[in-house]
Amino acid sequence: MREVAVVGFAQTPCVRETDGTTNGVEMLVPIFHEVLGGLGLTKSDIGFWCSGSSDYLAGRAFSFVSAVDAIGAFPPIAESHVEMDAAWALYEAWVKLLCGEADTALVYGFGKSSAGQLRRVLAMQLDPYVVTPLWPDSVGLAGIQARMGIEAGLWDERAMASVAARSRAAALSNPLAQLSGSPEVDELLADEYFVNPLRRHDCAPITDGAATIVLAAGDRARELCERPAWITGFEHRVDSPSLGGRDLTTSPSAVAAGKAAGAEDVEVAELHAPFTHQEILLRQALGLGDDVAVNPSGGVLAGNPMFSAGLARIGEAARRIHDGSASRVLGHATSGPLLQQNLVCVMEGRE
Amino acid sequence: MTRPLSAPLDVGFDYTRSTGPTLGRFLTDLRHRRVTGIRGADGRVHVPPLEYDPVTAEPLSEFVGVASTGVVRGWSWIPDPLEGQPLDRPFAWALIQLDGADTALLHAVDAGSPDAITTGARVRARWRAARVGAITDIEYFELSDEPADPPTDASPDNDVTMVVTPVNLHYTHSASPTEDPFLRGLMEGRLIAQRCPACEKVYFPPRPACPTDGVPTTDQVELSDRGTVTTFCIVNVPFLGQRIPPPYVSAYVLLDGADIPFLHLLLGIAPEDVRMGMRVEAVWKPREEWGPTMQNIDHFRPSGEPDAPFDSYSRHL
Repeated sequence: MREVAVVGFAQTPCVRETDGTTNGVEMLVPIFHEVLGGLGLTKSDIGFWCSGSSDYLAGRAFSFVSAVDAIGAFPPIAESHVEMDAAWALYEAWVKLLCGEADTALVYGFGKSSAGQLRRVLAMQLDPYVVTPLWPDSVGLAGIQARMGIEAGLWDERAMASVAARSRAAALSNPLAQLSGSPEVDELLADEYFVNPLRRHDCAPITDGAATIVLAAGDRARELCERPAWITGFEHRVDSPSLGGRDLTTSPSAVAAGKAAGAEDVEVAELHAPFTHQEILLRQALGLGDDVAVNPSGGVLAGNPMFSAGLARIGEAARRIHDGSASRVLGHATSGPLLQQNLVCVMEGRE
Repeated sequence: MTRPLSAPLDVGFDYTRSTGPTLGRFLTDLRHRRVTGIRGADGRVHVPPLEYDPVTAEPLSEFVGVASTGVVRGWSWIPDPLEGQPLDRPFAWALIQLDGADTALLHAVDAGSPDAITTGARVRARWRAARVGAITDIEYFELSDEPADPPTDASPDNDVTMVVTPVNLHYTHSASPTEDPFLRGLMEGRLIAQRCPACEKVYFPPRPACPTDGVPTTDQVELSDRGTVTTFCIVNVPFLGQRIPPPYVSAYVLLDGADIPFLHLLLGIAPEDVRMGMRVEAVWKPREEWGPTMQNIDHFRPSGEPDAPFDSYSRHL
């Protein structure tokens, strides 16, 4: 079996609102330049391109086709797209490389959440017969899940606020973060409810942004990167879309993906948890102990660019391998409502 | 630098979906103020009914009637309801386990205040007077120990087989930094293109990046309103929103100095006389009707110049 590694990663700053278009070109051009330039590559060196984005977020049809302008797709390229977080595009590219159909792949995700009303746009991913017609908003649904965990004794509002405080403090060292600071937990808890039992600090901000990762196989990875982040496990699983039919205080799909990918013994985990209680839930589902550094970047509570935030988690985790500060890391991505779909990518550095 | 032009963009459409037998039964029964679940492989009753068991994936078929009263299993409080939600006053989203069901249904609870609702609270369906066979036939749930309105008599001859869900989403659509001078130019009757710094191709309309080189275009180029028909078609088919009765000609026009043709209307000539290579000129609308749009050019018409040689536009087909 071939081995595949993350060799490059770049992302835009996480910002509340950009001036750009919803097809992402203005955000993508600089990060393509950064990631390819950093590896000494040009677009003709990339064997496969794959992206993740959403037309509902963009408010236009085939926005991902316009985004291809950022590549400069002539002569024609091998390209694919998923209407999901680009972490799933990374999975597709990984399979492509494992099959030997390419030696390098560039994966990207982008989204301009500020263009629409994110809480309503996300209702489009719910069951279209018996749920979407009620227009449940993403924060309202997360509030139900948070309360169920609180009442089951799995977390409380103070533990949730602690997650927010730690995220913002960690983000002080992340120049691309949207929210950072050193709030006291008591200060956060003094805020009024946004959507009871959630306060604003419990919810990831609305963010425009994009991210990109370059994958390479075998010797090509070793040529391009001094310390590649070798992918040793990459799995994704999905739970029933029936919100009231599963136990919302855990995530069977996250448990299963973590187990299959080999989530144990990691030093760093970047978790895609758009709500504070979901970070606690995921730590538990993935069996991450107190010795694991969770979201040293600040995670998505510090900046949540839709459709690239999961990919960026894998990129942030890989960066700890690239810079030699860790030898085994985990990147996680989620999609769908209330952690319905989960993806886990475990990576290792080798001496 | 001024921000690029932006404008509200409202996207609205109806999704029309066939229900299949399982959801069709559920929605048909809602019309009669009945809630129907389905028995799963493990004996649990799922409400709303599932077509396949979530664990074993076997098809499910044993319908089970449940009550339209139940218990709140989890909730959140929406102080500022959003468009389309069941209530326009503060309300709770709740997972509600109806009496006789083993899973919970998502709906709104009209509780008045977050202090009035708790997990474990008893609720009943508030049925809509005019029911169509949709989840919104339950307007919302209300806090109550009492039974809900009783079922009506079933009329078995008109089952729900389709459901229409209107979608209305609102955006702010922004022009790109390269589209912005193009749109502002149009307001003055000028045609502003952009040149790629790498391949020197001239794009009209401009694009955020050159699709060949992937680099932002930087140089503005002003073009005349004359060009060449590279190719065309004769539209004979009527369609929704059509502004001109068919037949008429849609032509790709390559403005002089541009490298990419664009589609526009060609009038002033019988469709059968239109040719590739034909020289055309813009016919502008009256100045007072101009806006940031290509519709400022009402149409193109033959300019009377001799046809352009094929080699002059063959690379732009």
